[in-house]
Amino acid sequence: MPSLLANKWTKVPVFLFCLAPLGVLVWCALTANLGANPVEFIQHATGDWTLRFLVFTLSITPLRKLLKLPDLIRFRRMLGLFAFFYACLHFLTYLGPDQSFDLSAIWRDVAKRPFITVGFTAFVLLIPLAITSTAGWIRRLGGRRWQMLHRAIYISAICGVIHYYWLVKSAVLRPLTYAAIVAVLLLWRLGDWLIRRGRTMATAAKTQRASASG
Amino acid sequence: MLIQRKPKLTYADVTPKELYFNRRKFLKAMGIAGAAAFAGKNLLDIVSPPGGVHAGAKFTNLIKSPFSTTEKTNSFEDVTHYNNFYEFGIDKDAPAKNAQKFRTSPWTVSVEGEVKTKRKFTMDEVLKLAPLEERIYRHRCVEGWSIVVPWVGFSFNVLAKLVEPTPKAQFVAFESDWDLGQMPNAKPALAGIEFPYVEGLRMDEAMHPLTLLSVGMYGDSLPNQDGAPVRMVIPWKYGFKSIKSIVKIKFVAKEPPTTWNLANSHEYGFYSNVNPNVDHPRWSQAKERRLGEIYRRNTLMFNGYQDQVASLYTGMDLKKYY
Repeated sequence: MPSLLANKWTKVPVFLFCLAPLGVLVWCALTANLGANPVEFIQHATGDWTLRFLVFTLSITPLRKLLKLPDLIRFRRMLGLFAFFYACLHFLTYLGPDQSFDLSAIWRDVAKRPFITVGFTAFVLLIPLAITSTAGWIRRLGGRRWQMLHRAIYISAICGVIHYYWLVKSAVLRPLTYAAIVAVLLLWRLGDWLIRRGRTMATAAKTQRASASG
Repeated sequence: MLIQRKPKLTYADVTPKELYFNRRKFLKAMGIAGAAAFAGKNLLDIVSPPGGVHAGAKFTNLIKSPFSTTEKTNSFEDVTHYNNFYEFGIDKDAPAKNAQKFRTSPWTVSVEGEVKTKRKFTMDEVLKLAPLEERIYRHRCVEGWSIVVPWVGFSFNVLAKLVEPTPKAQFVAFESDWDLGQMPNAKPALAGIEFPYVEGLRMDEAMHPLTLLSVGMYGDSLPNQDGAPVRMVIPWKYGFKSIKSIVKIKFVAKEPPTTWNLANSHEYGFYSNVNPNVDHPRWSQAKERRLGEIYRRNTLMFNGYQDQVASLYTGMDLKKYY
């Protein structure tokens, strides 16, 4: 398993897997299988896949630590960029079919409707992350600052879930499922951080005691 | 110069429903023929089951209504495979899948409350109350999509006059069938709304000639997923006001509870008139997507029935009474 993850060719099937939802949509479109409201179908599918890829991306760190598979990190950027890719498609369905590319109407909509505001926020937050996803940008920003910036994905995921929750009329089960998954993934990070901080402090205290008695 | 006119297609030019239903039956029969032969069953019973899966002969001699719009109707396929009927699931394509076996015969509609003659109507009696009309109405869902449907039915006021409401009757309350045995999805935990589904109209709204008691669409009986065997259609209100599969009609003195208002009074009012100027708290109602179109079109005041119904609401603050 670890050697498979480290193999440079493994990225190819993962990439194809990430592209599959788009393939399914194109296939449905070509065979007239998008239902009575094709725009809504595409909008919901791309929205769903954005959330799913955000969840996949956020799963990498917990999984690689829990399963002790450090090589999983090689796939994080690709998954994150696919989240952004589906978010772009999702945003395009809003820009075009929903708002007829009327930028002033879009701006009013974003300002007025919380459900659009959070969705738009979730999307906009992903833009700098996509731009700075390259090795060059990690170098330029420095690892620590780069990491700080990329924590914006937490906010993006939370906004994405709220966006979904505020969209549905009464059946909140599905958005709540996403909310639960994202909550677990973020709470794991909080727990991990607290444990690590506790350890550092314990070590620091020990060193201090050692130097005081010495 | 030769000017060629595009032939004007109507829904009647589409493949007749019996044809493709028969095709499906045929395909289905092909699949089960082997099993049936094995079980020793009569194949004919499966191809054409006793009682008829698709009940109801085509209505003939429907009266064309002056209330009909000349807009292009949506396809039967779109209308019957994209709708809300939470008793049969919350997805738009769920009713078409889950309502197929819903039993609509025998069926009675109980009329009670503040009336001189309380009565139970069988479906046969309902069908004979008045000559059936075809009414092509715009139908606007609160979610922002719309369709144009050729309904079959007659003004609700025909039935109302027959039972003679007393002066105490100020509102009409409607109730849908609720049968968990046939509607396993009709639970509040799954649907997010209470059951049975209830709706209501003010007396003058109910008596308005546009308010339709519908028993069919596209010249045939109502498909199960669209509220068979009898439903209301109030074309100037959001779709959820047009209650489906009615079992009870009660004339009452006070404003009756309505399902979506009970679920979320902040978002869904008793009146729920189509109004592009009063937004849903979460989204705009200024535009709608007509099924079959990409871009959204402007929503019309009272869904385009302003001339007929605006007078019902003279002096009312429609922002307050949404």
